[in-house]
Amino acid sequence: MAEKIIKIIVGKPGLDGHDRGAKVVALALRDAGMEVIYTGLHRTLEQIVAAAVQEAVDVIGLSIMSGAHLPICRRLLDLMASEGIQDIPVVVGGVIPKQDVAELKKMGIQGVFPGGTPFEEIVAGIRAVAV
Amino acid sequence: MGVARYIKDEKDAIRDVVYQSGIRIKPSYSPRDLEEVGFDYAKDLGDPGEYPFTRSLHPLGYRSRAWTTRQYTGFGTPAETNQRFKLMISHGQTGLNVAFDLPTQMGYDSDDPRVAGEVGRVGMAVDSLRDFEIAFKDIPLDRIGSGLTINAVACIMLAMYQAVAEKFGYPAETISATPQNDILKEMIGRGAWIFPVDPAVRLVGDAVEYAVRELPRCNPVSICGYHIRESGATPAQEIAYAFEIAKTYIAEVQDRGLQPDEFVGSFSFNLNVYGNLWEQIAKFRAARKLWARMLKEEFGVTQKKNLFLRGLFGGGGSGLTKAQPENNIMRSAFYAMAAALSGAQTTALCSFDEAYTIPTPRAALLSLRTLELLMDEVGLRDTVDPLAGSYFIETLTKQMEDRILAEMADVQQIGGMRRAVALGHIQRKVSRQAYEFERGIQNGDYIKVGVNKYTEGVEDQPDVELHAYDESWAVQQIDGLRELRRVRDNRAVSRTLNDLEQGARSGRNVMPFLVDCCRVYATVGEMAEVLRQVFGEWEEPSIF
Repeated sequence: MAEKIIKIIVGKPGLDGHDRGAKVVALALRDAGMEVIYTGLHRTLEQIVAAAVQEAVDVIGLSIMSGAHLPICRRLLDLMASEGIQDIPVVVGGVIPKQDVAELKKMGIQGVFPGGTPFEEIVAGIRAVAV
Repeated sequence: MGVARYIKDEKDAIRDVVYQSGIRIKPSYSPRDLEEVGFDYAKDLGDPGEYPFTRSLHPLGYRSRAWTTRQYTGFGTPAETNQRFKLMISHGQTGLNVAFDLPTQMGYDSDDPRVAGEVGRVGMAVDSLRDFEIAFKDIPLDRIGSGLTINAVACIMLAMYQAVAEKFGYPAETISATPQNDILKEMIGRGAWIFPVDPAVRLVGDAVEYAVRELPRCNPVSICGYHIRESGATPAQEIAYAFEIAKTYIAEVQDRGLQPDEFVGSFSFNLNVYGNLWEQIAKFRAARKLWARMLKEEFGVTQKKNLFLRGLFGGGGSGLTKAQPENNIMRSAFYAMAAALSGAQTTALCSFDEAYTIPTPRAALLSLRTLELLMDEVGLRDTVDPLAGSYFIETLTKQMEDRILAEMADVQQIGGMRRAVALGHIQRKVSRQAYEFERGIQNGDYIKVGVNKYTEGVEDQPDVELHAYDESWAVQQIDGLRELRRVRDNRAVSRTLNDLEQGARSGRNVMPFLVDCCRVYATVGEMAEVLRQVFGEWEEPSIF
């Protein structure tokens, strides 16, 4: 039975340029059979949302290392709502302290993968929200 | 263990070891190995302080002077940073290493809508000379050297450093700043780039050329193998890519009619101490030698001091783990020992909490104490290059040398570092390696204590204390900036910015124009915007 190929955009919002994690995860997702679009660095959330719409992705993933994950995610969800794509699940990875995970989930982020999360867990987490 | 590849039998005995740079390690070494690699004391080592400086840059090593410690500091507002600087100096730190926030690193002012939420988050926010006046207040700028960890707009920060010194009465020839100013490594990893490759390299050249003439104690470029290693390069690639980057900058400055002997002595390096202990030691010894030999033979450098590979060998953050964070204290101590056994001149450690947060004062102090302990308690100052003559270390040093040269040849084949970066060749290679390494950790090929072995107790690991981000810093910074725009001489600002634009377009060195802009309190965002208009922005090559 052929599984649907998940299309995910991996975005690096904001000014932070630490992209090892984003690139590594992008490669892991691709090896897991997903279609991965990597935005490159220094993207505004508007650019990421526009690309997500244009590419008709199944999932939006953000990599955030700067500590600004809470305000960035809040703004992304607002933007998605105003574009009418609030149904696309959003997942986040990066330097994310344990105590912020619950708050991210509460605002509507469907998967949170702090640095060091095994690839399998990330892949499974994305598959679970992509349906 | 960790980063090397170990093949074991069913009884856990090691059958084979291969280091990341690709060198296979034998169970034991003897004089025959030295013979096989053609080891020659005079040619390969020389006495400490003598060419090719494999053993040490100075004849007495740490006996004459312990290493300089330069923990990375700077956060929030300039006033907070000033407090932290003074604290670190009072604790015995001998150089500053300034962290800037991302808006500053990317050439935006604190009130730019694009940077909301980032002001003062990962370092100090700097908008204008006024901020430097606060940050460096009461710091003896003729005695304390400052590393300025900034790249795309390093030329602006160097100009501002000169302007603040001038304001405080320190003559330009007495100040010592080391702006990182290595844009090619930003394009390979870390990502704080703005302009396309060619103008970006030109700005590096402008800072070097200007420093040679006006700021003789400044080191206008610090070439960072460190971040390239963090992005996934092997130790041999780290050195090879750093040297190929250095050659690019040397050529850029040579094109302005300067001889390497006039400027290359001001280059310094920022290299990574993370990985297998022996591989690291061999790497640094081989690097000192190769650098000296390359400058002498390829660039005709004759003065002894100009052949020194100077710089900071710092404990790498990528070796530290989020799991069982207190293990990082021990890990860092071993990295520091590797640095000491390698003859590091200047050093710094990532703090044990860095996988979580910007170092807390307690963690930063612990790093400093680790470094002090090695020098003052353990005996690392006793004798120079204590491992010299070891069959193993000398064989490995020769083998590292060959590996580094092979990686350099790979870059040269593409046409040099400028092209290799523009095409994404290096980025593609290190990202792939980073991925494979990560996979190796996850499937247990590489052992990481507390992560994939000895993981008991991980569940109830202590929560590290987090560096709090205070939203009021941004408000305060933006208020100060608005006030500045109101009270400064805005006509002088427009005039100097206009001159900067003319200078940048005409191909002249932008540094004197930037100093003029800084003096009249033009902002970082205003100066960078002028350069953006003239040079445009870089389009990253796709690497997938």
